[in-house]
Amino acid sequence: MRNIVAFPLLGLAVILQSAVVSQVKLLSGYADLPLIVLTAWALQKHVKSAWHWAILLCVMLGFVSGLPWVIQVVGYAAVVYFAQTLQRRVWQAPLLAMFSATFTGTLLMQLLSFGTLRLLGAPFAFGDVMGLITLPSLLLNMLLAIPVYTFMRDLAHWVYPAEEYE
Amino acid sequence: MNSRSLQTTIIFLVVGGILALALGGFLGPASRGFSSTLVGVQTWVSSRFIGLQDFFTAPRDIVSLRNRNAELETTVSQLQAQVIELQQRVNETEILAALVDFSRSNPESTYKAAAVIGRDPSPFLHYIIINRGSNDDIRRGMPVVTNQGLVGRVDAVIADAARVQLITDPSSVVNVYLQNAETNAVALGSVTGDVSLDLISQNTTVEAGDLILTSGLGGGYPSDLLIGQVVTIRSLEFQLFQQATVQPAVDFTRLEIVLVITNFRPVDITPLEPLPSP
Repeated sequence: MRNIVAFPLLGLAVILQSAVVSQVKLLSGYADLPLIVLTAWALQKHVKSAWHWAILLCVMLGFVSGLPWVIQVVGYAAVVYFAQTLQRRVWQAPLLAMFSATFTGTLLMQLLSFGTLRLLGAPFAFGDVMGLITLPSLLLNMLLAIPVYTFMRDLAHWVYPAEEYE
Repeated sequence: MNSRSLQTTIIFLVVGGILALALGGFLGPASRGFSSTLVGVQTWVSSRFIGLQDFFTAPRDIVSLRNRNAELETTVSQLQAQVIELQQRVNETEILAALVDFSRSNPESTYKAAAVIGRDPSPFLHYIIINRGSNDDIRRGMPVVTNQGLVGRVDAVIADAARVQLITDPSSVVNVYLQNAETNAVALGSVTGDVSLDLISQNTTVEAGDLILTSGLGGGYPSDLLIGQVVTIRSLEFQLFQQATVQPAVDFTRLEIVLVITNFRPVDITPLEPLPSP
């Protein structure tokens, strides 16, 4: 039942991304708060609702963003799958898993966006995109990863109390 | 004279004599010793009294001062919040006044003001989100301007909000007219948010500072909306066209309130475009 927190939390993440995070630019890139929130959630040990969160996030971002929806669907599904796989394999080092998942997820989303928009005719140069958008966004996402992971870990403890899985 | 009167008289004489001696300066050393002792005692008593007074009254004063300080700090923070709110209102009023001036000077169009409430979550796209939608008769394709010039056009609409593609978006293409050079070109956006001109004929002389307006060709935008000025020109002999960099008239990083031109309907010329021959 407490999973309902996904609605206000993801809504808040999308609003913050649109109104605040997108204004804090490094060159032409900025952090992807919804992606980090989803990644941190999928990395929590007892979380079973990461796929639901990904779908909800895709729907919310579909309303706000001009990106084709297929980028978000494929990107977020891949991020959740990768994060859950990583969580099972390197569960002893959650921060390392968070950094790895954030790094991979960011690169994946950026490459998907770049490829899809290029296919649709946007005149992007790969070097410009890497230097001006991808690398700065990657850096900002890594900086945001630790505080978001800490917050999501506490949230996971609240949503899935210890007695439920012990 | 009885003995009591005699005693009184003697006392007066003695006291009067002492006073006379003191006034005459004959009792200086004794007087100084007496007065210094007196002052010393007075000082000691006074300082102890002040100490006692502070001990009993100071704690009460500190409590009252702390309360008063807290009240004043609350008042100050409330006033600061009011000042910030009023500054925001002044700022908004100035922007709205400029937009009203703009709409009065361009009466051929009808406008609907909208506040910018967000930007696209993806750094690949240069879109803004405004707080007017189909409930306010906003439709896809309507141009969006400020008093400074063209901002972009409405890309998607929901009931109470709309997404606007800026002319700085990498996918944005605007047909423009260079006023001084009297020639057409296209304005293109980029990843960095810079605007550049392309398809300028090699036979045309373009100079820095030339004004760039929408040409209206293609039916996507109304004509004569200001876009910016030419900054630099790149002309290479082996290329078919010249290119130029543009200083946009609008500061896209500080968009707060925009105007949607609601009486303009974009024309879809796709059916008129020639089909590629088989």
